[in-house]
Amino acid sequence: MNRNNGNAYLDMELLRFTTAGSVDDGKSTLIGRLLYDSKSIFEDQYEAIKITSEKRGEDFVNLALLTDGLRAEREQGITIDVAYRYFATPKRKFIIADTPGHVQYTRNMVTGASTANLAIILVDSRKGVVEQTKRHAFIASLLGIPHLVICINKMDLVDYSQKVFESIKKEFQGFASKLNIQDIQFIPISALHGDNVVEKSDKMPWYGGPGLLYLLETIHIGSDLNLVDCRFPVQYVIRPQNDEYHGYRGYAGRIAGGVFKPGDKVMALPSGFTSTIKAIDGPEGPVQEAFAPMSVTIRLDDELDVSRGDMIVRENNRPQTCQDIDIMVCWMNTKKMLPDGKYGIRHTTRDARCIVRKIHYKVDVNTLHRIQDDLDVGMNDIARISIRTTQPFFVDKYQINRNTGSVILIDEATHETLGAGMII
Amino acid sequence: MLSYNLNHLRELEAESIFVIREVAAQFQNPVLLFSGGKDSIVMLHLAVKAFFPARLPFPLLHIDTGHNFPETLDYRDNLVKKISARLLVGSVQESINKGRVVEETGVNASRNVLQTVTLLDAIEEHGFDAAMGGGRRDEEKARAKERFFSHRDEFGQWDPKNQRPELWNLFNGKKKPGEHFRIFPLSNWTEMDVWQYILLEKIEMPSLYFAHERECVDRKGVLLAKSEYVKLTDGEKWEKMTIRFRTIGDMSCTGATVSHASTIEDIILEVAAARQTERGSRADDKRSETSMEDRKREGYF
Ligand SMILES: Nc1nc2c(ncn2[C@@H]2O[C@H](COP(=O)(O)OP(=O)(O)O)[C@@H](O)[C@H]2O)c(=O)[nH]1
Repeated sequence: MNRNNGNAYLDMELLRFTTAGSVDDGKSTLIGRLLYDSKSIFEDQYEAIKITSEKRGEDFVNLALLTDGLRAEREQGITIDVAYRYFATPKRKFIIADTPGHVQYTRNMVTGASTANLAIILVDSRKGVVEQTKRHAFIASLLGIPHLVICINKMDLVDYSQKVFESIKKEFQGFASKLNIQDIQFIPISALHGDNVVEKSDKMPWYGGPGLLYLLETIHIGSDLNLVDCRFPVQYVIRPQNDEYHGYRGYAGRIAGGVFKPGDKVMALPSGFTSTIKAIDGPEGPVQEAFAPMSVTIRLDDELDVSRGDMIVRENNRPQTCQDIDIMVCWMNTKKMLPDGKYGIRHTTRDARCIVRKIHYKVDVNTLHRIQDDLDVGMNDIARISIRTTQPFFVDKYQINRNTGSVILIDEATHETLGAGMII
Repeated sequence: MLSYNLNHLRELEAESIFVIREVAAQFQNPVLLFSGGKDSIVMLHLAVKAFFPARLPFPLLHIDTGHNFPETLDYRDNLVKKISARLLVGSVQESINKGRVVEETGVNASRNVLQTVTLLDAIEEHGFDAAMGGGRRDEEKARAKERFFSHRDEFGQWDPKNQRPELWNLFNGKKKPGEHFRIFPLSNWTEMDVWQYILLEKIEMPSLYFAHERECVDRKGVLLAKSEYVKLTDGEKWEKMTIRFRTIGDMSCTGATVSHASTIEDIILEVAAARQTERGSRADDKRSETSMEDRKREGYF
């Protein structure tokens, strides 16, 4: 950035992505490479990992150490949770949800994937598509991530062979046809040497596609959010107690879907009362249009009784109001889910309680097969269940809107978050 | 067709405002920790927007080490007046007087560590159930896994292994009596984002952030400003230099950077070219490689 285009950062977009791969596929090396080659590493950080690399007797600076986190992991030599990393290029700012590839850590990948627009899945070119690759792709599709990038890594170890790349690609495509993913791309890389990561490699002239960073910078994410179905979960009611704004009553929240404009006829749920939008206040003042994911305050022409947990929608495009809901749940606690168990539940800004009415099946995340003879839902299990809530929720299918299609289940005694649910 | 895209700063802004409103909605008695540093200034700016035109529905809490830069206190008092906020001050000196903590001695003595006790005491005294801080995940390794809603047990401690998974925008602030939360609305911001946002929003900043002349001592690569809290040791001397501060904390341990950046634009150029993480200039982090993590466990910001 220089003085002449000091405003260039105003055109930068935000891309959130998650990374997955089995242990040793090269995920840490890849992230380290992205951070290092995009100059997001500072001298003192680089010095620190250089010293550690030397201490360990490694003959090169181990970029994988950059993403090393807490002390426990340093001791165990593994990553155990979701860690967030940041880097930026002049085009985009990136947030990486870095999740470990361990067998038992489905929960972490689900967490990291829940806010991602894109997932990178690493495949070791010598091993090809393995069970974990399928699991990661399945979770990405379950969590509704719109873009998937399969990085076939360690190409240096297979002589940068086009044949190896094509056969892995074909195998993956065969499997992925069973999944619901809109956009899948394949890139042959060497994270260790940097081929096709930031710079395009001259070792694979047969590959005509973009390098990874270029792809991350240019992939179209503008239509990832639902801009059709207007959904505004009310988060907080703003009523100033001062004279100047006497009578101001605004409904604050983050738009979960669609585009709202002053003059729109809207309906408040659950009451069903209708009104017209008088004004929308954004962080910079009144706006003529507000769309997901903006945080705004909506004012209505009429004084309706609207409070936190209610939802403002268009009269002719309403979500489903229901208490009996089917979800795919990912269980995240060592305590097992109880058949007939009662849990706290949150959907958008609305809290209620629910009871598990039926566990239909579990999914074998490696084969996608349904498991019906063992319905014990424990940590890292994914299951289809039916629940009934104590209050109506205003829901869309998760595949239609990730904001109004997701719930979390909460332990009523410890208040821990136990499960993540996607409405079917 | 219009393009429905937010740039990255507006998206971060929307996310932070959402988190701050969520705090006001989910907790009985939240507080915003205000240190006078750039991150807490931006956080406060976002909080004001989140509830406009109403006043902030929570007070500000400043943990005063007694070793503050006078510029920080002036800035704080002016700002509080301007937005008609309620300010509470927790004093480290008082914690020392009461015998809750013991002043460190020696050349590197600092009150940074002592702040933790004062903070936890203030949280207990006022019965706060959520304290918002300006921490960012990009600041330091141990913070990379920090949640937006970070659960603390009844001793105010952070257990990195026992944090709740955070999915989508569904933040779970439920807790047992005696427990509280630390909330980090700026989790996803980087130092660069913070400065770009300050420029975009034309936020007025304390003078300490801009280049000025000051007497400093070079202590093992950390430039400490002259004050009654920094004592010279053998071979050290005060030197006049042109410096600015990248972070603002306790005078006894906040390191300065040699710089001629006199505007926000200059600072952005400097940050873009910077070769050291901003915490690299803080003497308190240099004590051990895992020092931040140790302090976090004990309830540091
Ligand atoms: N030859 C080669 N080795 C690689 C490549 N990427 C990673 N590695 C090595 O594979 C091992 C595991 O990498 P790491 O990044 O720690 O894997 P992670 O467990 O997925 O994070 C390390 O020894 C890396 O140096 C690559 O592209 N080529």
